[in-house]
Amino acid sequence: MSQIYWSMRLSKVLLLIVALAGAAASAAHAGSGPDVAHFTLSNGLEVVVVPDHRAPVVTHMVWYKVGAADETPGKSGLAHFLEHLMFKGTEKNPGQTFSRQVAEGGGQENAFTASDYTGFFQRVPREHLKEVMAFEADRMTGLVLTDEVVRPELNVVLEEQNMRIANNPGARLGEQMDAALYLNHPYGRPVIGWRHEIEKLDRDDALAFYRRFYTPNNAIVVVTGDITADEVKADAEATYGKVAERAPSNPRQRPTEPVQQAPRTVTLADARVEEPSISRDYLVPSETTAKSGESEALDVLAHVLGSGEDCRLYRILVVDKGIALSAGAYYTGTALDYAKFGVYGAPKPGTTLRQVEAGIDAIIDDVVAHGITADELDRAKNRLIADAVYAEDNQATLARWYGAALATGQTVDMVRTWPDRIRAVTADAVQQAARTWLDRRKSVTGYLVKSLQPEESHS
Amino acid sequence: MNILTHAPFHRVVRRALLAILVPCAAFAVLAQPARATTIERVVSSGGVEAWLVHEPAVPLIAVDFAFIGGAIQDPPGKAGTANLAASLLDDGAGDMDSKAFQDRLERKAIELSFNAERDHVRGSMRTLSENRDEAFDLLRLALTEPRFDTADVELNRAQIISMLHRQTSSPGDIASRRWWETAFEGHPYGRPVNGTFESVPNITIDDLKTYTRRVLARANLKIAVVGDIDAETLKPLLDRVFGALPAKPDLTPVANATPQGLGRRIVVSLDVPQAVVDFGGPGIARKDPDFMAAYIVNHILGGGVFSSRLYQEVREKRGLAYSVSDSLVWLDHAALFFGGTATRADRTGETLEVIEKEIHRLAETGPTAAELAEAKNYLNSSFVLNLDTSSKIASMLVQLQLDDLGVGYFTQRSAMIAAVTLDDAKRVAKRLLDNGLLVTVVGKPEGVASTSTTAN
Repeated sequence: MSQIYWSMRLSKVLLLIVALAGAAASAAHAGSGPDVAHFTLSNGLEVVVVPDHRAPVVTHMVWYKVGAADETPGKSGLAHFLEHLMFKGTEKNPGQTFSRQVAEGGGQENAFTASDYTGFFQRVPREHLKEVMAFEADRMTGLVLTDEVVRPELNVVLEEQNMRIANNPGARLGEQMDAALYLNHPYGRPVIGWRHEIEKLDRDDALAFYRRFYTPNNAIVVVTGDITADEVKADAEATYGKVAERAPSNPRQRPTEPVQQAPRTVTLADARVEEPSISRDYLVPSETTAKSGESEALDVLAHVLGSGEDCRLYRILVVDKGIALSAGAYYTGTALDYAKFGVYGAPKPGTTLRQVEAGIDAIIDDVVAHGITADELDRAKNRLIADAVYAEDNQATLARWYGAALATGQTVDMVRTWPDRIRAVTADAVQQAARTWLDRRKSVTGYLVKSLQPEESHS
Repeated sequence: MNILTHAPFHRVVRRALLAILVPCAAFAVLAQPARATTIERVVSSGGVEAWLVHEPAVPLIAVDFAFIGGAIQDPPGKAGTANLAASLLDDGAGDMDSKAFQDRLERKAIELSFNAERDHVRGSMRTLSENRDEAFDLLRLALTEPRFDTADVELNRAQIISMLHRQTSSPGDIASRRWWETAFEGHPYGRPVNGTFESVPNITIDDLKTYTRRVLARANLKIAVVGDIDAETLKPLLDRVFGALPAKPDLTPVANATPQGLGRRIVVSLDVPQAVVDFGGPGIARKDPDFMAAYIVNHILGGGVFSSRLYQEVREKRGLAYSVSDSLVWLDHAALFFGGTATRADRTGETLEVIEKEIHRLAETGPTAAELAEAKNYLNSSFVLNLDTSSKIASMLVQLQLDDLGVGYFTQRSAMIAAVTLDDAKRVAKRLLDNGLLVTVVGKPEGVASTSTTAN
């Protein structure tokens, strides 16, 4: 229940979502899964519907194509702060009317903010869908904010920053690594914001950001569950359809990275670190920016290198050589601009971070030089494609995939064809991806240690 | 990419899985005429029982099960035995070592996991229906022929000790550990499930084998199966997987206990900007006639919805914390209510005052009629949200069996909620919330100090 484990669990969940994102739709493509409907209202609002009639429940989400990477420099944390303030009521539904109605209907609600998007969702018994759509359409433009509600909420967000980051050395290292990885792109800023900038955010900042980005032509509604596309279409037109565009849908042009030329290292020392660890992030293309086949090859590469106990990193470093207690790799491909390919490990007592890092490097060098085996390729593909079926079991997961994909510039079709594209990955493509992208000059390596004294083997 | 959420309800949701209130109500929906799905009680010819929901819409099968007798069955001085044993069950079985076993799972995308809790050892298996037979076979091997090879034992032991090291500087872990060891001093519930630096190194391979032989048996086993499999197909598989287990477990009797240390505050100093607070006291047993009223009262106090009193007073009005909630916890040998928050150091005293004041106010005057109606409405309507995935249904069906609630209970469920009157709620609020609190705080809190142990 500690914050550290919480954030580790969170990142695992995210990885799963990323890994399964395309997979779920694959079944749809193959004709064995749900039918996905996709349409756009006249005010520019996109709608995606994925039916699942097993339980009388729907998941309803609205995704705004705005996130922390769209903030004005100096206002970091604003996207997330506004997300919190969206629960403060509108002219038509003041105070906590919306939340109260959701709860009275037996529903759950929450919201989330990431670098590229901000989302709000309700999970409700199916008969309440239209009602929550009406509420959500209302707060798309009707938000009312007073200092009386804004000020306590700023304190809530500062406590959230304490909980997630300040109290957690690993999360603090993660912030420093992102800042070092991105030389020019705003992905280098924490989604929650830098604390000294969060402290200065106010009502006017939030309202300006809201008016600029919260408009139907910058939003995607995703509904999954016990509902048909026709029903959703009628309800969407009666609710969201009445909301007028109030701002242009801005082209999302962010500063881009220069050619990265030097490996970076970041060391965070904290007396509370009882177990040192090393992690490295490489700057790689996202599913949206990658050349054809490239992000799929990175999916397979991450799986072969670092997923589960049957991957190269765990097998060699933890089991065979016995120098690490944990090791793995991941690729978080769902992003508008850039993605990260990460590797990590924690030394066993008696070994050093350097030994684990050398072990990781040797494994990467081997893949770059010799590629992966046909058996590794098959196993990884089978597993990634099988995950599609597991994904179909959870309507909330399905909603998240489609929302995240569309909010980061992908299409419904890209999601649907993901398993076919995984099927088409060759061992050569995986080796080529490793050779091209696992380049130290485009990476940051982070060390989490107890003190900055020269490291000896930890015991 | 990081994702931040508005409200930390994940914490509550996780705890709610313990709560049988929701799944109970669930049955009514499962049994709705419009839905074909129903719960079948399947008994194999060998006498193995499972609760089944046959749902062929998605080609996968979820199997969840639990053996009664978790960490509380750890031998004296060997805390962490159940945890270490459970972590090793998927590390090789029969003639397959860990690598071979993991390879088989991976090739067929079969997910198999085990974990130990205070009262139970739980297992979970997920497979595509096309790999059904192999999946059940691997599960059988894991349960009946685990290897406990030295290399795997030592690796898992090292990983657990590493986690214990991390927990020594994690405020949340320290707060929770201090709370449990104080509330249940001298009782098995006071021992950490993961064990300690003293106990984990002492666990031998013999201890692990003895533990699984004692606890993994049929008479103390509860099974749920959900997905693309029908009763007739399931029956022989139940015999094949679980039939080879001993009929009866060999469990050490465990005494019932109530939380101690009420009225105490324990402050542990740690250099972190935010103080973590755990609080709790005696709860109400699952079989107590007042349980439902207590569940409703707890929901009103801090049950993980925005409308709860703690959420409104601590977070919404004062901005003191991102997260504050509490829940009823019922164990096989104790009942408690337990909550927590995390707040800035310089306002920790104030936060704790607000929490204690709200608990006291609810104990003294009970909920309002409107709060009671809202809570009942929510608890009645929200159950379907816990039924939309095979995994959720499977986990609930196991919990229902562990709580010894027969199928007949489902139909009475909403009537039991409806039957709770305002007078009941007031009386039970007093009974539940007027016992004093044991509080643990970790950080550099201002306005809070440890009480002397004599306050006990």
